[in-house]
Amino acid sequence: MQDMMAIVEPLIPSLRRYARSLLRDQVSADDLVQDCLERVIGRWHQRRADGDARTWVFTILHNLAINRMRQTARRGVHVPVDDTSETAFATPPTQEDQLHHQAALTALAALPEDQRSVLLLIGVEDLSYAEAAAVLGVPLGTVMSRLSRARQRLAQLIEEGPARSATTGPGLRRVK
Amino acid sequence: MSRPISEDDLHAYVDGALSGARRVDVEAYLERNPEVAEQYARFGRQRETLRAALGPIAAEPVPPQLNLAHLVAARRQSSWTGWRGAVAACLLLLVGGAGGWSLRSIGTEPSVGINALAQEASYAYAVFGQDKGRPVEINAADSTALVRWVENRLSRQISVPDLSQAGYRFMGGRVVATPNGAAGLLMYDDAQGARIAILMRPMMRDQNAPMAEHREGDVVGYAWADNGMGYSLVGGNSAASLLHPVADEARRQMRSRT
Repeated sequence: MQDMMAIVEPLIPSLRRYARSLLRDQVSADDLVQDCLERVIGRWHQRRADGDARTWVFTILHNLAINRMRQTARRGVHVPVDDTSETAFATPPTQEDQLHHQAALTALAALPEDQRSVLLLIGVEDLSYAEAAAVLGVPLGTVMSRLSRARQRLAQLIEEGPARSATTGPGLRRVK
Repeated sequence: MSRPISEDDLHAYVDGALSGARRVDVEAYLERNPEVAEQYARFGRQRETLRAALGPIAAEPVPPQLNLAHLVAARRQSSWTGWRGAVAACLLLLVGGAGGWSLRSIGTEPSVGINALAQEASYAYAVFGQDKGRPVEINAADSTALVRWVENRLSRQISVPDLSQAGYRFMGGRVVATPNGAAGLLMYDDAQGARIAILMRPMMRDQNAPMAEHREGDVVGYAWADNGMGYSLVGGNSAASLLHPVADEARRQMRSRT
């Protein structure tokens, strides 16, 4: 268990960020990370010793996140895209970059889930392409094409501005 | 001639994942193709913006429920409890089997003891804990009448624990029927309206029993017995972690008053 602590503990900030970026809600994201850590503790001895622990932990978290998002989509829970960018990703509002960040996050939220995960794992969490492929359970080529589509789509959404990207957002946004 | 530059190379350039030689090739290519260079420079800026926007999340202090040492400790404890539970279940099975066999000519014995009490409390909570219209027969304002009613039916003195320190307000209660006779049911709720209840009745067996957790569907409870009275404090699954200290407090108060 000592090696587990030494390897997994430094990953927790990253895991929280990835979960929150995907779920866009601090409470459910932290719940998810807790779930993930409990599994990591329980299955640590089943882990392949030659495999990379960080990839393994991220795989567990990613799969939990996907399940959670599917459940949420099935139940039709309202996920307010506009509010979450303020509450879940609160950064000091004094900064000049603020609008810039806000626009990027709104655009990110409007990406399909598979493109969003690729962008986050590679661009933010610094996983290699091969590691991202392992986490997502897809071939390397798929990762590369998703990354390419994600970057183009994100650029397009940012250019179109927040009003448009919010109304063209995918399934998660519901109007009751 | 070097290999043609691919989109994969350009993304790898953006992500700083290219080896030295290939990097030089890509840089030379981008110099010759300013439009492509502009497009990938934009991707690079997006990447930086996302990192800057999401960076503060990773800088937040880790909340206590994600403290790895706590999670490891909690797991040790629960696996130990689970193991004890399994042993207890085997013993019960054995006792139950043997008991059933020895009683085969007498007929079925009514379930008594602390486990029966736990089950009765769960059933009572499942019915009245959900009741929107009339969760209690006599409400807290009339607690003297309530206590008299319960004491008459149980032929025992009872007291109503004050759980307001734990955030639970006394709502009132009623007498309920169990296979082991009348029982008193006291109901409490918290500021969000989540209810807990305490069921109490005299015990024929297990006159004194240490506190033990029990679960029945979505209902979690802590049952114990003191001096011939059995109690179980029950609540919904969502409050499971809070119930144990509340049950301890209820027991402490009832012990000090009787």
